[in-house]
Parts: sequence; C-alpha cells; structure tokens
Amino acid sequence: MRKLFIFCALCMAVHHANAQDCNYSFNGKITDFHDNSLIVDASIHIMNLNKFTTSNVAGEFAFSNLCEGTLTLEIKHVACETQRFVINLTKDTYKEISLEHHLEELKEVVVKTNTKTAVTSIEKSLKKEVITNFTDKSLGDALNTLSGVSSLNTGNSIVKPMIHGLHSSRLLIINNSVRMFDQEWGDEHAPNIDINASDRIDVIKGANSLRYGSDAIGGLILIRPKKYAIKDSLFGSTTTSINSNGNGGNVTSEIIKTFNSGYYTKLQANYKKFGDFKAPDYYLINTGLENINTSFRAGFNSYQKGFDAFYSFVNNKIGILRSSHIGNVNDLVEAINNKEPRIVEDFSYDINFPRQNIFHHLAKVEAFKRFKNFGKLNLQLDAQLNRRKEFDLRRGNLRDRPVIDLQLFTASIQPNLEINKFDNLKMNTGFLVRYQNNDAIVNTGANTLIPDYNKYEVGTYAIVALDMNETSTFSAGIRYDYSKIKARKWYVESDWTALNYDVLFPEFDTGIIDGLELLTRPEFSFNNFSTNLGYSKRFGEDYSFLFNYGLAQRMPNPSELFSGGLHHSAARIEIGFLTINKETANKFILSLEKKNENIGFSISPYYKQIDGFIQLIPTGIKTTIRGAFPVWEYHQVQARIFGVDVDINKKLASHFKYKGSLSVLQGDDLTNENPLIHMPSANFSNSIMYSNNDFHQLKIGVHQKTVLQQNRFPDYNFTTLNPVTQQQVFVDISATPPSYTLFNFSSSAVFNPFKKGSMEVGFTIDNLFNVSYRENLNRLRYFADDLGRNYNLKIKINY
Amino acid sequence: MKNIKLLAILFLSTLVFTSCEDDHDDHDHGSDEELITTVVYTLTDGTNAVVIEWEDLDGDTGNAPTITSGTLSANTSYTGSIQLLNRTESPAEDITLEVNAEADEHEFFYTSTVSGLNITKTDTDGNGNPLGVTTSLSTGNSGTGSLTVVLKHEPTKPNNGTSTDAGGSTDIEVTFNISIQ
Repeated sequence: MRKLFIFCALCMAVHHANAQDCNYSFNGKITDFHDNSLIVDASIHIMNLNKFTTSNVAGEFAFSNLCEGTLTLEIKHVACETQRFVINLTKDTYKEISLEHHLEELKEVVVKTNTKTAVTSIEKSLKKEVITNFTDKSLGDALNTLSGVSSLNTGNSIVKPMIHGLHSSRLLIINNSVRMFDQEWGDEHAPNIDINASDRIDVIKGANSLRYGSDAIGGLILIRPKKYAIKDSLFGSTTTSINSNGNGGNVTSEIIKTFNSGYYTKLQANYKKFGDFKAPDYYLINTGLENINTSFRAGFNSYQKGFDAFYSFVNNKIGILRSSHIGNVNDLVEAINNKEPRIVEDFSYDINFPRQNIFHHLAKVEAFKRFKNFGKLNLQLDAQLNRRKEFDLRRGNLRDRPVIDLQLFTASIQPNLEINKFDNLKMNTGFLVRYQNNDAIVNTGANTLIPDYNKYEVGTYAIVALDMNETSTFSAGIRYDYSKIKARKWYVESDWTALNYDVLFPEFDTGIIDGLELLTRPEFSFNNFSTNLGYSKRFGEDYSFLFNYGLAQRMPNPSELFSGGLHHSAARIEIGFLTINKETANKFILSLEKKNENIGFSISPYYKQIDGFIQLIPTGIKTTIRGAFPVWEYHQVQARIFGVDVDINKKLASHFKYKGSLSVLQGDDLTNENPLIHMPSANFSNSIMYSNNDFHQLKIGVHQKTVLQQNRFPDYNFTTLNPVTQQQVFVDISATPPSYTLFNFSSSAVFNPFKKGSMEVGFTIDNLFNVSYRENLNRLRYFADDLGRNYNLKIKINY
Repeated sequence: MKNIKLLAILFLSTLVFTSCEDDHDDHDHGSDEELITTVVYTLTDGTNAVVIEWEDLDGDTGNAPTITSGTLSANTSYTGSIQLLNRTESPAEDITLEVNAEADEHEFFYTSTVSGLNITKTDTDGNGNPLGVTTSLSTGNSGTGSLTVVLKHEPTKPNNGTSTDAGGSTDIEVTFNISIQ
C-alpha cells in the first residue's frame, strides 16, 4: 500500500517537475510521539533533492528556496524509528513530525540484564539457549533448574511446575499471552506446552501478575515468543536430539520470514518419540511417549500499530509406568515393600495402559494501536480446546475406551490500555470476559470424575508503576474478578444425603432420579479481590533491592468441588466438597540482587500466609468390592509457607565461571499443627563452566544437584487388614525417600561448515554416575526408581 | 486490520455457538458402565445349594455393602461357581463372561481361616493354568471363620497359588463369614 503511494507520489513529482517556482520554505518541529518532548539532532533528508538538515535544540528545522512539487522525506534519529513520507509543496509549509522514541521495542529482544516483565517484579528467566538444551524434555524439567522452582512428577514425562511448593491451579501459565486452561487441576495433568515454540520463559515469584489473573497464589510462568526485527529476512533452525535412555529423541524445526514492511510469519513443528525409559537397574515398562506439536504465527509490527495471530497444536501421547496400575491398598503395600516394580520386561516402544492422550489447540489474535501523547490500546481474543483421554487397564470391549474423557473449551476477550504519556508514570488497565465449558464425554463406561460445567468470568484491573526518582520505582495494582460456575452432576443419592447436601443445597436438587443416582445442578459464584504492591531500588553500581506484597484469591477448582471416586493410579478414593470456599493468600517477598559478571548474587526470602488452603489428605478407609482403599478428602486449613532462594555467580578465572543456587522451604498446616504434604525439600546445585569464545564458542560444564531428604512431612500412615493373610498391615505412604545427588556433564561448540548459518553441536550426560534414586515429589516413587544415566547428542543447524 | 475483524467475528461466532450447545440430555450417564456390584458364590453338594453374596450397588462411595454369610455342612464336598454381576443394569450384566473370555489375564484366589476347609480350582485358561471360576470345596469339622475371594487382573501365570505371588492388580477382594455345622 505504502509502496503504491510512494510510486504515485513519484509520478506526481515527475508531472510537476516542470512547474518551477522555487521560493517556498518548509519548516517544522520534531517531537516525541509519546509525550510531545522535543527531539534534538534528528536528521531530515529530502531524498529526491538530496538536501539535509538537522533539528536544533528547539526540535526545529528549516529548508528554504524549495521549488513547488513533491518532497520525499526521511527523518532519522538514533533512538527512533526512521520515518519516510511524502508531502506536496504548493506553499510555505510548517509541519510537526512525531517520531517514535522506543525503537528497542521493535527490535529483537536485546539480551540485557534488565529486561524484566516489570521493574519491580521478582523473577527468574530461562533464555533460548537454555530452552534449546531441554528441547526433548518438558516445561517443568526446564523450570526445575531455577531456584525456588521444583516439580510434581508422575513418572518422568508428566512434569508439573511448582513454585515455592505450590502448583496446579495456584500457578498461572501464560503461553503467548494466553492463560493456559488445560485441566491443570489434576496432579497428573502436566501443562500442554511445546517448549520449542518459546523464546524465553519467565518465572515471576513475586506479585506482579495482576494483568493475568487474581489467583496466582504460587506465581506466574510467562512463556514468551520472540520479537522480530523489521527487515527482509528468511531464517530458521532445525534441532535434532537423540538420547540413549529411552532410545528416542526429538526433531524440531522453525522457519521465519520477516518483511521490511513489518509483516512476519513463523512456522514451527516438533516431533518427539521415546520408548521405555530406564532406571539404573531395570526398564520402566510403558513409559514411552510420542508428541507432535506445531505452531504458526503471523503478524505485523510497526511502532504505531500491529497485530499478532498465533495458533498452536499440541498432541501428547504419554505412557504411564505399567506397574503403577494397582487394584487396592494391599497392592500398594506390595509395591511399597518390593524394591523393584512388579512388571519388568525388555525395552519396547509400545505405549499400552495406562496412558494419556491429550490434544490442545490454542488460538490467539492480538492487535494494538498507539495513540500520540497517550498510550497503547491492546485487544486480545483467544480460544483453547483441550481434550484429555486417559486409558486404563480394562476388560473386554471397554479395553480401547478411555476411563476419563474430558473436553475443556475456553475463550476470552481481554482489552488492555497502557497509558505512558507521563515520563515517570505508567498505567495499565483493562478487563477480561471469559467463558469456559467442560464436557465430560459420555461413553467412557466409567463414572465421570469432573462433571459438565459452564463457567463465566469477568474481571477488571488497574496497575500503576511510578518512577519515584532515578533509582526507585513503586508499583501498585488492584484487580476484581467475578466468576460463576454452573455444573451438572449425578450424585449417588445416599452420598448426597450423607454429605448433608440435601439440607445445605436443596436448590441444586432437580428431583430427577435414575436408579440410585440423583441429578443435581450445583451453581456457585465467587468475588475475588487481589492487590499488589512492589518497590524496587537500585543502589551502588549494580545492586538492587526489591519488595513485593500480594493479596491473591482463588476459587476452588472443579476437582476440589466435585471429585468423588476412585483414582486408580493413586489407589485412593478422592472426595471434593461443595462446601469448599475460596483460598486467600497474603504473600511477602524480598530480594537483594547484585548483577555483575565477576560476582553476582540474589537472595530472596519469602513468606506466604494462606487462609482456606485447600489440600487433599487421607482421612479414612473405605471397603469396596475391590478391597480396602484409603479415602482422601479435600480439606481447608490455615497454611503458612516460607523460605529463601539464593543464587550466586562468580567468575573464577578468565574462562571459568561458577554458578550455584540453594532453595530452602518450610510449609505448615497451622490448623492441625502439621507439616504440609508434598512440600519440596531443601536442595542446592553447583556448576562450573568453561567457555572459550575464540575456539568455536566451546562450552564445557559440570553440574551437581543435591536434593535432601524431606524430614518434615505429615504422618498419614495407617494400618489395614489384609484379608488373605488375615494380618494387620502397616501402610507407610508418608515416609520420604533419602537424599540424592546427581551429576551432569554438558558440552557444546559452534561450527560454520556452511556459507551461511552455523551448526551447534552439544553433548551431555545426565545422571553421570547412574545413581538409583527416588524423588519425594514424584507420584510414582512407590513403584520404581527414577531415570538412570542418559547420553544425549544435539545438533542445531541455523540457516 | 480487515483480517482482524474477520478473525474476531469468527471467534465470537464460535463462542456463541459453543455456549448454546451446553444443554445435555439428562439421561446420558452411566450407560454400559463396567461396574461390578455383586459377587455371588454358589456352593452345591448335589441336593442343597448355599449362596453367599457380597453386594455394593452404589459403588465406591455411598452406603456400606450388604454381605450374606453362608452355613455349610461339616465333612461335605461342594461344587462351587463364582459369578460377578452388575445389578445396576436390568437385566443384570454378567461380568464373569468377560473374565472367561480373557481367562489368561485373570485368576481367582480363595483363602479361608476355617480349618479343614479346602478349595481347589477346577477350570483352566487356554494355557492350562488355573482360572478359578469353578471350584470344588470340601469342609472338615464344624467351626467358623472367613473366606476371602480375590480376582487378579494381569497376574503372573503360573504362580505359586497365592494372590501375593501372582501380583497383578486387584479387581475383586471380598470377605465372607462362614460357619460349618
């Protein structure tokens, strides 16, 4: 469009070239688009006449003795986006020209120390190089390398990130600015994210998360795409990774085309396949996996306006350790007492039962426009569809039918207005409208754990960041959310009365009875308020001090409200309650940081008080036709979590660097004066890295990570009668596995075998000494050891 | 910008479309569910039949199960046959048929605390290993105690005859009171 315009303008210029009248002047002033401040030393170039001038201290410029006709102007300033436009000179002309003063926002993200989400936020980031190292692992594995972040695992392929001991619905995962809704409530539901599609991942431990939701009790994980430079370019990369453990690997490719006009497109695809993984002493049968992911992105980026459309598709097929499928509590006792899993066979690529098949579609369209001397308006529409099928060992014609089949659809509209007209004050405000539908697909031939529901949400927020002086910034925000959930669930009638729901919630009873079951329509609404305060102060050369306070509220998730049934892989009956109310957290976090290549550190202590903390704990035993099962119920308690995260980096010699981190945490159930269940234990890591930029950017590193035994755990052990042996059996479900230390070796180098582009080769060894260990936060720790040694070779070709 | 409008319209129409289809048929649940509500163990000595039964109609939660105990005659031989039923269906679904069809992946185990009571499996799967749908039971002198029936799915076959050695996952584990007179 613009080219056409320039072409027309040039034609006109030629047409008018004969009409000579050369006494006109063209004067003007150059100002900043944001705040109207004057721009000094901008160069103004009349391209078709090859005349130059610069703006003076008043931002003004002048050309005289110009002929009537067309002027093609180019205005440049070091910190601004170059502007070109055409004017038709027919008289003396004065023109005010606004330049955009924030060129860096358009460029590729320059790796600087200070590229945080917000100045006052306390966060840790993973950059693309690190993400590439985890190309064939999961989001949770990559985040696990950060201090204060751990993971709740089901085997080694289902990895849920955990920040400061909190996970699932208490973490917000924002993928390409879309909040992920993928049935994140379940312990064995890992986020459906292809780590290869991201460029940078930020973990925000503090409170700067109001824009995304009021319920980030644990924190926020931001998965960010790359910003592309505005230039004509075609580039891409292909990474191939192969592993000895699991005899599998991953191929991921991306290709990006950018245009001078500001348009860009990106296509990325990823295929991953593994067979049975291996613990040091045996194969972990049925732990293979197969993933196909693809994403497409297109958009237009200029300073004043732009849009971004993103679509991603993730298909995960994940096998779960065969030996973890157990019948009842006596099978669990057998598993705990046996040192080896009950099924040990030879390696295979087969993925049988149990397994998960998950599809996740995510689509987003986002557009923005900047307004002169005001700010930026952004509108985002997004939609997600998550389909989860879980297959278990069954009989007959039910064999190939999932036990759980849920489809979750979420759509939202989110406008945001950023006001940046003031030099020292930035404001963000906006609202959210969201609709969610859960469809428990019938035909599973099993009771649905999560019922059908519709959920409606509206929310609004305002966040202010104020630069108090050169070195200190203060931020504050408030957010309000209203949500309403309308469910439809069949209750066993005797359960309904036993739980006293007939008295508490008679309005939910539809009176429709089918056999022993009663149809109910529970309906709840919640008002959630949240606030946060942030303060940051820089002092000395490279020190900074940060403080965050946050109040967050979370409504109970569907599993906390509606669960009621047998959970096979855990050999327990899980019961949620309609009486469960929202959770309210007060969080305080401090951080003292020194950012320096030679010696740097960050120390972040934190304290969280959570009222109505919802936790799943064992409360009794129930006899079923399959035998005895422990009953786990969702209970609300007063909880407290506090701890400290420490990171240190030091330059040892010219090519040697040291990095270390330590996380210590304590979680308490204050109501029952008990430690909280499933809290990460103290852990620390040390790495020494050699790097030589002059020799193929060679990097060699040795890393050690130690996880200490968790000695603070609630004792939920119980005894049960084994009817076969007629003996009382002690069921030790609480004891935690011993401490372990793992060593990893890593190396990489860059070569240039082609005319254009480069080749990076990496070789790593995980669990160097093939240590047998079990991790307390792995749900399958009762059944088998964790992974043994793995040799990994990665080749990344950039073109 | 035109594209954005189009996408927005598409998006909103999907939203409206999906939110309209949320009203389900209220009778869509529980169809052909594989639920075992009832274990029936029938013992015949040629003339009289003793039927002991373990039943829990409302599943894992809900009301406690109803258990019918049995009285057997001393020093008698019985022919036993076990039946697994889903009585929430009408007529009741016989799950024993499915166990028989996949006999090589299943095995029943019988244990009793009553002295002198012996149970032998009289049927086999396709590989000649015991299955335990049909049994023969012999009683000794009078006494009381319990009888436990376990059904294992995917056990190790052959095994030493105990459910512990067989491993697998437990599909049934029920205990009856027995008295021998």
